[in-house]
Amino acid sequence: MKTKGLTRRGFFKLFGGGIFIFFSTWDAMKLLALQPQTRRTLPTDYNAFLRIGEDGMVSGFTGKIEMGQGPVTSLVQMLADELDVAYDKVKMIMGDTDLCPWDMGTFGSLTTRVFGPPFRAAAAEAKAALLMLGSEKLGVPVSQLEVKEGIIMDTLDRNKQVSYATLAKGKKIERYLDTKPPVKDFRDFRIMGKSYLRQDALLKVTGQAKYAGDFHMPGMLYARILRPPSHGAKLVSADTSAAEKIEGIIVVRDGDLVAVLHELPDKAAEALVKVKGEYRFTEKEVDDKSIFGYLLKSAPEPYIVVEAGNLDTGRSLSRTIVESEFYNSYVAHAPMEPHTALAYMEGDRMILRASTQTPFPAQEAVAQALGMPLEKVRVITPFVGGGFGGKSVNPQMIEAARLAKLAGKPVMVAWTRQEEFFYDSFRPAAVVKVTSGIDEAGRINLWDYRVYFAGERGSDTIYDVPHSRTTSYGRGWTAPEVHPFATGPWRAPGNNTNTFARESQIDVLAVRAGMDPLEFRLKNLKDERMIAVLKAVADKFGWTPAKGPSGRGYGIACGTDAGTWVAHMAEVKVDPTTGHVRVVRVACAQDMGLCINPEGAVIQMEGCITMGLGYALTEEIQFTGGKIHNRNFDSYTLPRFSWVPKIETVILDQHDQPAQGGGEPAIICMGGLLANAIFDATGARMYQLPMTPERLLDALKKV
Amino acid sequence: MEETIRFELNGKNEEVLLDPELALLWVLRERFGLTGTKYGCGVGFCGACTVMVDNEPLRSCSVPVGDVAGKKILTIEGLANDGNLHPLQDAFMKHDALQCGYCTPGMIMNAYGLLLKNPEPSRQEIVVGMENNLCRCGAHARIIDAVESAAHEMKGGK
Ligand code: FES
Ligand code: FES
Repeated sequence: MKTKGLTRRGFFKLFGGGIFIFFSTWDAMKLLALQPQTRRTLPTDYNAFLRIGEDGMVSGFTGKIEMGQGPVTSLVQMLADELDVAYDKVKMIMGDTDLCPWDMGTFGSLTTRVFGPPFRAAAAEAKAALLMLGSEKLGVPVSQLEVKEGIIMDTLDRNKQVSYATLAKGKKIERYLDTKPPVKDFRDFRIMGKSYLRQDALLKVTGQAKYAGDFHMPGMLYARILRPPSHGAKLVSADTSAAEKIEGIIVVRDGDLVAVLHELPDKAAEALVKVKGEYRFTEKEVDDKSIFGYLLKSAPEPYIVVEAGNLDTGRSLSRTIVESEFYNSYVAHAPMEPHTALAYMEGDRMILRASTQTPFPAQEAVAQALGMPLEKVRVITPFVGGGFGGKSVNPQMIEAARLAKLAGKPVMVAWTRQEEFFYDSFRPAAVVKVTSGIDEAGRINLWDYRVYFAGERGSDTIYDVPHSRTTSYGRGWTAPEVHPFATGPWRAPGNNTNTFARESQIDVLAVRAGMDPLEFRLKNLKDERMIAVLKAVADKFGWTPAKGPSGRGYGIACGTDAGTWVAHMAEVKVDPTTGHVRVVRVACAQDMGLCINPEGAVIQMEGCITMGLGYALTEEIQFTGGKIHNRNFDSYTLPRFSWVPKIETVILDQHDQPAQGGGEPAIICMGGLLANAIFDATGARMYQLPMTPERLLDALKKV
Repeated sequence: MEETIRFELNGKNEEVLLDPELALLWVLRERFGLTGTKYGCGVGFCGACTVMVDNEPLRSCSVPVGDVAGKKILTIEGLANDGNLHPLQDAFMKHDALQCGYCTPGMIMNAYGLLLKNPEPSRQEIVVGMENNLCRCGAHARIIDAVESAAHEMKGGK
């Protein structure tokens, strides 16, 4: 039994009495194709629980974290609804390795989709337990009882009541959920499916919300760490003598780790300038121009993701065959809050408050780096200022813990923006090659899709093609032996690249078939839910059929991600003299099954569309060997207010379907969507992301 | 060299002995525990550190504390009045104009400065006025809505 985090013995001591329901979400988890690095032996009993306290307050405990995507709100809605208590009587305790059971991390839009159903079931179980207690107490059969706002009452004599709080008082009841109690039918929802304001909004608009860097401790020191000029540079020697002379500076050295500590961050920064490092260089010989050829040359053994029919047959059935190659660059996560961690010893335990998406894996990593037993390390996750996948990797926590141990004082490691741009685990640069064919009637008969280094998420064709094969070179988003620096999962990993390639190619085929791109898609789709979102978005957008390029600047793209179906339409204006693209409007339709918090889902869709403008139009890491050239927001351009189009969203009503992910799907189409809109405006086909003015002007020359 | 520096901070007179070269951002956060003002880039590119200095929104990461001697500073923590939220704070909540919330204090302070100068801005003027504050979560459209509705709310000299 490898349950990490709070043990059963520990919890009564910590929480006192009440009613506890323990449950597990692993069955659902196991079904997911996890990346190898996140695979591990999973605990067999529980990984979440909820508590009805002696005061009637309900707390849900989970190792998930809040980084803006809103589970603070949606999980509360589920618990409050299933238990029939008020929304404000429920709170979530998240991402604390002492209080919460083990969890692998917050990513992949898993929180609602995988975590939600067992959470609801546990709440239903708690309610059943409370009804039993209530029935004993009131001497009324359960079937005759009803619950309102945490009060159980006799439906025949409403004066006979007892509250959850009264029932929980002095009790120590623990239940383990193994059968699934029935959850509410959507027709009975009071709270789910409705829009609620974020629970954390007040803290965030008043500046009271605490992020990792906002904690302060007596004696705490800020660390600035000596960094190499490029990836692949190895520290040979460091001269810290000048820094040591500065008042209040402590210099810490431990192998490669050289840091200066001071109680004021500016002073630590000043001292770091005086530290001189000598390096040995063993960089990869590649830059942002030669990267694609380099990737193709370095391609690992491929594997087939999915296959149907026979490619030769498909070829012989095709009248027109189109071969294309698509490229996309390395992209940074660039959350507004850089990686941050405060580490300090409490007795013989190392405590960390850190901006992380993966508190439990980080706890393990810190324990391992320090050679401490796992129980001696505690990770507490406060509010996280954006993650997008980038905070699944947490080197800053190991740095802080090592330094705190060496200095014997609390140490804050708050990466500067320059460090954030250097040590980020970028979205990998990738190449996609597609060979596809259509017949006289505009039916796709052949689809041979090969993706290099992006991973397979979203690589499967969503279209109905009799003869197709999808091949992936490389698994997932890392290939440390190939990339010149770290790469990692980036919001909807792999799918941005794959959807850009697929939807661009589909548009090329539509043009060759002489068909309207929407009509061409509908003709080649069988998936009813994909068809439904396309029709919904066309309706919202006011799409009228035309062959491309129509000159209107209309684009279309669709796909699936995290179990959700999504389709977009856009209108762009292209300035042919500057190559500048203005996105006028974007419509987006989504089928995400049961939508727990519609307002929250719309916010995520808008966020995805806005963020997606960046990787589609400007965001790109420029580098030479291991040297990163974009180190701040002057040279790495994020979407800004003036870029934001008019955004319209539709969520298809599917409340009898399981809830799916909502934090990522709406970003996957943005590359293909805008490429197709640019083509429709100008006749220029863009094969590389981001579609910078320079690249667009080049493409215009070829029209 | 340390110097005595006096300024008004969120309505209170303060006096500190400090190196005047220290960035106002860190003085606010370290000396006064006002951690609502955030670090995002350190060089004036993102606006996460925006505070009001004598009614001007400034980027506190790039202002040496010596420069604010004798001036009035207002941070996000000083915006609510006796527990009553400022209309901008209210509007950000109502419009759900935030996700991770890290850019939010800087956004609100910058908008505060904008409305001080131009109490009835057009949407386009809001966009231009907010342009250099960055948000990675993509809350932009709602932030514009929030500023617009706060401006509306504040008409009548609140
Ligand atoms: S931290 Fe001051 S502008 Fe970015
Ligand atoms: S809300 Fe996250 S950066 Fe703006």
